[in-house]
Formats: sequence, structure tokens, C-alpha cells
Amino acid sequence: MNTSTAHTDHYDPESSKIGMWLFLFTEMFLFGGLFLVYAVFRNKYSADFHHGAHELNAFIGTFNTVVLLISSMTVAMSITAIQKKNRKLAVNMIIITIVLALVFMLNKYFEWSYKFEYKLYPGSPVMMNLPQGEILFYGLYFMMTGLHALHVLIGIVLLVVNIFKIRSGKVHHERFSLLENSGLYWHLVDLIWIFLFPLLYLVT
Amino acid sequence: MVNTSQENYLEYRGRFKGLMGWLTSTDHKRIGLMYMYAIMFFFIIAALLGLLMRIEKIAPGQTIMDAQTYNGVFTIHGIIMIFIIVIPGLAAVFGNFFLPIMIGAKDVAFPKLNLLSWYIYIAGAIMGILSQFIGGGAPDTGWTFYVPYSAESGTNVMFALLAAFVLGFSSILTGLNFIVTIHRLRAPGMTWFKMPLFPWSLYATAWIQVLATPIIGITLLMVIAERTLNIGFFDPALGGDPLLFQHLFWIYSHPAVYVMILPAMGVVTEIFPTFSQKPVFGYGAIAISSLAIALVGYFVWGHHMFTTGISYWSRWFFSFLTFIVAVPSAIKVFNWISTMYGGSIDLKPPLLYAISFIFLFMIGGFTGLTLGALATNVQTHDTTFVVAHFHYIIFGGMGFAFFAGIHYWFPKIYGRMYSNRLAYIAWGILFVGFNLLYFPLFVIGIQGMPRRYFDYLPQFQTGHVISSIGAFILVAGLVVMFYNLIYYRRKGEIASANPWKGVTLEWQIPSPPPLENFEEIPVIKDKPYTFDNKEEKASTGN
Amino acid sequence: MDKKEKHITSYSLFAKVLVALLILTTISVLITEIHFGALSVAVALSVACVKVALVLVYFMHLKWENSFLRIMVAGVFLLFALVLVFTFIDYLLR
Repeated sequence: MNTSTAHTDHYDPESSKIGMWLFLFTEMFLFGGLFLVYAVFRNKYSADFHHGAHELNAFIGTFNTVVLLISSMTVAMSITAIQKKNRKLAVNMIIITIVLALVFMLNKYFEWSYKFEYKLYPGSPVMMNLPQGEILFYGLYFMMTGLHALHVLIGIVLLVVNIFKIRSGKVHHERFSLLENSGLYWHLVDLIWIFLFPLLYLVT
Repeated sequence: MVNTSQENYLEYRGRFKGLMGWLTSTDHKRIGLMYMYAIMFFFIIAALLGLLMRIEKIAPGQTIMDAQTYNGVFTIHGIIMIFIIVIPGLAAVFGNFFLPIMIGAKDVAFPKLNLLSWYIYIAGAIMGILSQFIGGGAPDTGWTFYVPYSAESGTNVMFALLAAFVLGFSSILTGLNFIVTIHRLRAPGMTWFKMPLFPWSLYATAWIQVLATPIIGITLLMVIAERTLNIGFFDPALGGDPLLFQHLFWIYSHPAVYVMILPAMGVVTEIFPTFSQKPVFGYGAIAISSLAIALVGYFVWGHHMFTTGISYWSRWFFSFLTFIVAVPSAIKVFNWISTMYGGSIDLKPPLLYAISFIFLFMIGGFTGLTLGALATNVQTHDTTFVVAHFHYIIFGGMGFAFFAGIHYWFPKIYGRMYSNRLAYIAWGILFVGFNLLYFPLFVIGIQGMPRRYFDYLPQFQTGHVISSIGAFILVAGLVVMFYNLIYYRRKGEIASANPWKGVTLEWQIPSPPPLENFEEIPVIKDKPYTFDNKEEKASTGN
Repeated sequence: MDKKEKHITSYSLFAKVLVALLILTTISVLITEIHFGALSVAVALSVACVKVALVLVYFMHLKWENSFLRIMVAGVFLLFALVLVFTFIDYLLR
């Protein structure tokens, strides 16, 4: 930009990291609002939530949990790799992460389309005829997993950007703030899923 | 002390000239001013809407607009005033301009992000205005968007919700930027407790912005989902709970009140020592009380819901904490007054505004306790008593602090001096007009005049007429003040670098400040507000 | 600018953490088979909290960060817990 050019180019990984964490805090509270809503309705309609969670496919949920946990490890490893100047391994680790993310999204797609096949989506007559607690449960299910899936997509875009930046040499062992912060973002996606998984699929 | 080797930020020509030079600038000073111009523009619109409401209420029955129009007018007045003006308000204008200078930095931590949040802010503001004109008519829910009405109203509520969401995002980014700036960019030697108090208040504010705003974001998304996707979190027919919306809404919107008032407190804290030529009294107490207000202020949201049927213990806790949160505010008031005590007081316009800030803020604060007490709340809830209370806090507090701040820093920002005489006149008109406008609303509120009604019983007419007259006087005062500031911005006498004999860092650099503020980053040795040996203090390196 | 060199976490530590996370996932799935009744939410959430702590401390590097970030992360979780408590003072005691 036209003013204070020298200053904007100033590279301070610590600042970026604190900034990223603050951003993650806002993400936590964004989902926190939904968890609060979940907690209130779960308390009010325990039996319906019990039944709703039973209907969800715990196998798909578990599978996706494992996928995300592994992807979290691979993205962490890519940071170690770039610190050890192993660019090739770093890129490969990111690619594995992206593949795992796509597997997660594919799974999600099948899970949702399975629901849609049974005409179970917000506003559908089938859903409106369910008991009140189950309407809310599925409403929360679609909203929470939907918002989470949106974050997965954003994470994938960030990781793709990182691949290009590593290849072009803009991200390297002395300047890997971007990769580190993308990694943090990816872990947050994982972290939210760790809470979503038992609340939506397991607690019966 | 004053160096002129660098171009000042107003004259600097970068890659682009003129307007583009401003719109693409990542300089925190230019961004601060761009916020100010935008806020002034929207303030004039919203103030005129407020005047229209007062004209409507000059007599019972329909005067100049019908009920539905009135609903739209008070909604957009609220949305503009709250989300577009006072929430960014002082933090975005004076925070952007003076935070880096006061902590001895060249800019904020993320200058590009700073510019981005201005654009997001403008986008949100434009959406808010557009919501008036497109779709099913102006939103009529009030700025609080209470469900179930906001989920059912046929008007263009969606757009207004999205606008509030976008504006919240801008607010988050500004807060994030300030926290990192304060953590990472303080000048060498400036420990936390050598930092001036305006940055302290901005720090507390920024944390609220980061930690509370996402809650309103998700809440507004849920209302949008309710309107578009039939996900009925708040619709009783689907098992939802309208009270849950109120909980979520106020979890953000009460802390938001502290987003408005904390920077205002920070500004007047800078003004009192300068015009008393005396160190601020109880530095530590003021700094810590900002954090205390931020923390406790997070847990008082339920006092907006006393009459909704929340549990007895819940009311008990929220009322108790409401009284607790008054304590740090009172500590600040005592400290400001003690700062003036025994000082060599110079009653210049900034100090006059700051003193009237204390007066109006205290009326607002005490009536806040009336509302925070469980018994009196039942009587005064949703009456014009509430309207008067929060206008005393928001306009009397935050607004007058803004006026104090602009009169204080005007010579630094523009390098020119406004007319003192006009400033005194404007202050007198504003102060009289303000009290005439809002004080009668306390009285008729206690007598039972509900808020947000476009009509009223004849017995309330005296109060309403006085209030409407006050509105015209207030607007006249605003006109004089704006004329004074806008005209003398270019035409005033050249101001010296330190016309008020202030000792914080912004007064150690030339007026207007050079492009990167400091030729050399200063090294801080003393506590802030050390007046006796101010010549040696915080040298700018030359 | 920074005083200390950046800490480099070894691959094997990440692998160990992953194994621990997978074991915990298995535990939480198996636990639903045994019906704890009202306690099942608490148990499931406790396991989730341990998992989240592992992700925060090792994957997100908090173990090697300065105390400011660690305190803030803890503070954010505490703040959310308090918000929950205050909301439930209403809902549970109505």
C-alpha cells in the first residue's frame, strides 16, 4: 500500500500467532452459542434428543472422527517438516491432510443425502411431524454440522494456498507463519468436531 | 523536540492522489479519520431520524407519520446509532488514531487488516441503510430483533440482520488488531503499568469485542436460519424458546454497552490530568477497573430480562452483579474528581465536555441502578425511563466523551485550532438541549409512558413537548459544533505541537503527526502523567 | 525478535498423541454401549475434554507457548463455562 510500506512488510510471527489465536477464540464462541442452545434444549427434551442421536449413524460419525484426528496429526507434522527444511515432506503431509478432509466431506455428503432421501431436512413435512425435541435436534444437527463443514472447506482452501506458497518458496523454514496459523485453524476444526461427535452421535 | 523532516500524514502523497490515496491507505491515522467521517455522516442521518420521532410526539395522535413508519424510524435509528456509530465509535476513531502513537508504535500490528475492517464496516453500514429501501419495507422490530416477531415480520429484517452480522465482524477484527498491537508494539521501556490509560481502556474493550461479538453473530445466523430454513430454535410452535434468543442476544449486547463506554472513560481519563496539570489519581485503580468492568459486565446480561419470567435465582444473581459492576465505574468517577482536586485547572472546552460527561454519566449510572433493582425494574421496564437512562449513558456518556475527545485532539489531528468561543457556545446549547430532551422522559416514564409508542395519552403531553423542544435545541448545538470543527479544520490558527501542555506521547510529536509518527521509537523511562519534569520525559530521540 | 528458538516437535510425539486420541475415541464409543443413564453425557463430555486438551497442548503447540496464550485459552474455556452456568441458573431453577 502507499503508506508505511516498510512497516507492513515487517514479519513478526508472534503477532500473527496471537492474532490467529484471538480469531480462534471468536470461532470457539461462534460454536459456543450453538453449544449453549444444544445444552438448553437437551435439558428440556432429553428423551427426544436421546432418540434423535440414536437415529444418526454412529459408524459414520466415528469414521469421520478418526479421519479428522489423523488429518490433524498430518498437518502438525507438516510444520515439523518445514522447520526441518524438508519441503517435500511438508507438501506431502498437507496433501494427505487435504485428501483426508475431502474424505470427511464425502462422508458428510453421503450422510446428508441419506437424510434428504428420507425427506428429512429443515422445513420438510416429515421433519415437522416429528416430536418437538427431535425437530430441534435435527435443526441443531444440520446447523452445527453445516457450519462445521463450511469451516472444513475454508480450511481446505487455506491448505491449498499453503502448498502453492511452499512450492514458490514464500513459506520456508524461517518464515512459516502462514502454515503454522493454517495448522492452528485446522486443529480448531478438529477440536469442534471432537465436541460435536459425542453430543450428536453418541450421547444416547 | 519538534521535527519537520518527515511529511505529515495529511499531506503525504503515496501511489495514489486525493481520495484514492485515503481509500487505499493503511496508515492508522487516515483509517481513524475515515471511520470518523463515516460515523459523522451516519450520525447526522440517525440524529435527523431521532428529530423526526420527536416531532411526531409533539402532540398525541398522528402528527407527521403513521405508526408503521414510526416503527421503521425507531428501528433504523437504533440500528444506525448502536451498530454503526457507538459500537465502533471511540475505539475505531480515536483508538485507531492515537493507540499506536500513545504506546510509541508506528502503526497497528496488522495495518492491512485494519483497512479491511474499515471496508467491512462500510459494507455493513450500506447494507443497514439499504434494508430500509428494498424488500418488504423498513424493518420494524426495534434494534433488538426480538423473536418471535423478528422471525415473522414481513419487513426486510433479513438484510438488517446480515448488516449487524457484518458490522460485528468488523468490530471483531478491530479488537483483535488492538490486542495484538498492545501486546507486541509497545515502545521499549513501556511496561504494562507505564502505559497511558486510554490504551488500557481500549485493551479491555478489545477483549469484549473479541469474546462477545461472535455470540451475536451466531444468534443472528440462527434467526436467519429460522426465517429461511424453518429451523425453529426460537419458535415456540416448533418447540423453540423465545427467551433463549433474549439470553443469547444480551450475552453480547450488554457487554456491547461496555464496548461503547469503556473507551469513553479512557478518553476523559486522558483529559483530566492534562487540564489539571497533575498526575492522574489512582492510576492502577483506573487501569484495573477497566478490566473489572469488562469481566463483570459479561455476566449482567439477565438484567434486561427481569420481567420475562426467568428464574428467581437468576434474577437475584443478575441484579446483584449489576450492582457490583457499578463499583469499578464509581471508582473511576472518584479518581477523575480526585485528579482535578488541587490541580491548576484550565477550563478549556475539552475539560468542560469531560466534566459534563461525569455529570451526565452519573445520572445515567444511577438510573441504571434503579433499573437494576428487581422491584423498581418492574415499574420502569419498557418505559421511556429506560430510553432516558440509556441515552444518558450512550449520548451523555459516550457522545459527550467523543466531543471531549475531538476538542482535545483536534489540534493534533489537523494541526489547527478551532474557535474556543464557538466551542463554549456549542457546549452550552448542547448541554441545555440534551437535558431538556431526555430528562422529562425519566418523569413520564415513571408515570407510565411506554417506549416505542408513536401515540400517547394526553397527560404525557407536557413531558413530550419539553422533550421535543430540547431536541431542536440539541440539534442547533450540534450544528454550531460541527460548523466550528469543520470550518476551522482548514481555516483555524496553526496549532503548536503541544497546545494543552499534555505529557503523553502524542504531544511529543509534531501536529499533525508525521507519516510514521516517530522519527525514532521513543524509550520510556517514567510513569505516564509525570508533569514536573516533562521536558526530559520520553524524548522522541532528537 | 523472539528470545528463544522455535521449538520443533518430533514426528514420533505427534504419532503418540494420535494413538492416545484414537484410544480415547474408542473408549467413548464403547462407553455408549454401557448405559450410564444420566451420567452418559458427563462421561462422554469428560472424554471429549481430555481429547481437546491433548489437541490443544500438543497439536496446537500450547505446551511450548508463553504463559499469556495458555492463560487466555484456559480463560476462554472458563468464560464459556461460566456463561453456561449463568444461563442454567435460569433454566434449571425456573
